[in-house]
Amino acid sequence: MTDRRILIVDDEQSVRGSLEEWFREDGFQVETAEDGLAAIRAMERGPYDIILLDLKMPGMDGIAVQKRVREIDPRATIIILTAYASVETAVEALKLGAFDYVTKPVDPDELSNLVRNALNARALAEENVRLKETVSELTQATPILAVSAKMEHVLDLVRTVAETDSSVVVRGESGTGKELIARAIHAQSRRRYFPLVAVNAGSIPETLLESELFGHEKGAYTGAQYRRKGKIELANGGTLFLDEIGDISPKTQIDLLRVLETHRFTRLGGNQEIESDFRLVCATHKNLEKLVEEEQFREDLFYRINVFNIQVPPLRERPEDILPLARFFIEKYARAMGKPVKAVAPEAEAVLLGYRWPGNVRELENAVERAMVVGRGPALEARDLPVSALNGAADEPLARSIAALEKDHIARVLSDCEGNVTRAAKVLDIDRATLYNKLKRYGLRR
Amino acid sequence: MAVLIHLAFVDGRAPAWSDALIAGVAEVFPNPIHTIAAPVDLPQCFVPSRQQHHAALVLAALLRHRPAPESKILGIVRVDLFVPVLTFVFGQAQLDGPGAVVSTYRLRSEFYGLPGDEGVLVERTIKECVHELGHSFGLVHCDYYDCVMHASSTVDEVDVRGAGLCGHCASVLEGKGWA
Repeated sequence: MTDRRILIVDDEQSVRGSLEEWFREDGFQVETAEDGLAAIRAMERGPYDIILLDLKMPGMDGIAVQKRVREIDPRATIIILTAYASVETAVEALKLGAFDYVTKPVDPDELSNLVRNALNARALAEENVRLKETVSELTQATPILAVSAKMEHVLDLVRTVAETDSSVVVRGESGTGKELIARAIHAQSRRRYFPLVAVNAGSIPETLLESELFGHEKGAYTGAQYRRKGKIELANGGTLFLDEIGDISPKTQIDLLRVLETHRFTRLGGNQEIESDFRLVCATHKNLEKLVEEEQFREDLFYRINVFNIQVPPLRERPEDILPLARFFIEKYARAMGKPVKAVAPEAEAVLLGYRWPGNVRELENAVERAMVVGRGPALEARDLPVSALNGAADEPLARSIAALEKDHIARVLSDCEGNVTRAAKVLDIDRATLYNKLKRYGLRR
Repeated sequence: MAVLIHLAFVDGRAPAWSDALIAGVAEVFPNPIHTIAAPVDLPQCFVPSRQQHHAALVLAALLRHRPAPESKILGIVRVDLFVPVLTFVFGQAQLDGPGAVVSTYRLRSEFYGLPGDEGVLVERTIKECVHELGHSFGLVHCDYYDCVMHASSTVDEVDVRGAGLCGHCASVLEGKGWA
């Protein structure tokens, strides 16, 4: 038996009856409505694969019903039925997104083909959404580029924890790629064939976060017109990635703790207990221990989520990763923008290595993207990098050699002096010959 | 469960090929099949604006001639049938219900301007009768092209599909206790 559903909206009982019979024989679950209001009510029992809608009805006409149905279910596949062949109304209906338009009485072959095409179109649209999600999933599970020993260590931890079902807290500054780490854990776990559902607690108002996580029943609060599944329910079988967990309210902390202990919850406004088998990966840039001390974060929740801890080091602590990452982003954007940029000029290398990167990998990617937009190739030049990168300064000189710092400084001064060696030498308080020697030694160009 | 099937040639005497029809239906439904007289007042079912007979009215009238409550009745008419929203129907059945009706009007080759062919007509009528009876036994349309329960809205599609049930539909029928 099929689970295809159709809603037939027509004021003529004989039409409804014969179409109901026709579609029941075709294996559909059929609902009928005798006017616009009944159709709107029937939408609450939706969704439907197809809605057959009469254009001329007493009260609310088909066009008005179509608009309302679209508001309720924007993806509804609507076929307009009418006894009057009017080009104007057909065009209006199609402009409003109707799949097609047929005149009563309909040739059975035409109706069969129309319904088949509508179902195929709907299936393709749904498949498209699924494929986009898959592509997005695959794209976001980009292999993490790591040259430094520190990141190699992080990836070792990912591999270790992925096979377990333990909760993980990924910590690190903003832009270090905490979500990428969460996705890597998911991608290497036995849950990889189920969804990874991400929620950024920091970006959702507290009042909405509860509904976002737990879902709600129709009428749970003003504006909750339809039942909605929450992210916890959607993550069943997979992984729930809760970003910025340090930002959630005490009330949501209690609710979350209960779910983590029982894996059961109820939707807002609902009574039915729902079970969800998910693995929790959290991320935060905040110091959770300090929040616990300050009683802003529940200790019991802290211990529940902090089973395994992964610290993602900031980019400035792993300068070996900067150039490989920059080259990776150059290749990515060169392909996307169709630009022939393939390398990083030595001056640009110096700038990239000399900058502190407070925004970490995200900032590096943005800087490279911006440089790719303005640059003409074949190499990414220092002048193409954003001013902020040129003006930045490494604040951890212990991690850098004096030579590297000198190289960066000379590159910056030279750039500020627009390549004028005489002026740069004056600024640096060295003679021109010395500056030329240093430029040669460091492979810098004017 | 051997449900009795009553076969009624509604608008006249049984055609010369009625035995072939009964044998064809019996190949799929090995139930006892009896032919009966069912004097349905067809003019009462005629709709002048459509110049066709209303299938639901014919079926309703036919059901009044069903001899036994547990039996099925299948009417065969030569007139053109329609339901309000469709230009025509080859037949009409009550899903999981007691009655069905089949029209031979559009099964005849002459309708399409071709020479008459009784063999083709008998074959198509058997398929349509089995198809509508299938609905009355609770079967819905089948995706398998060769199954008699495959939906067909043109006579060419009737010709293409087979006259028997596919394994799936046969098992559904068996599951319902009808086979």
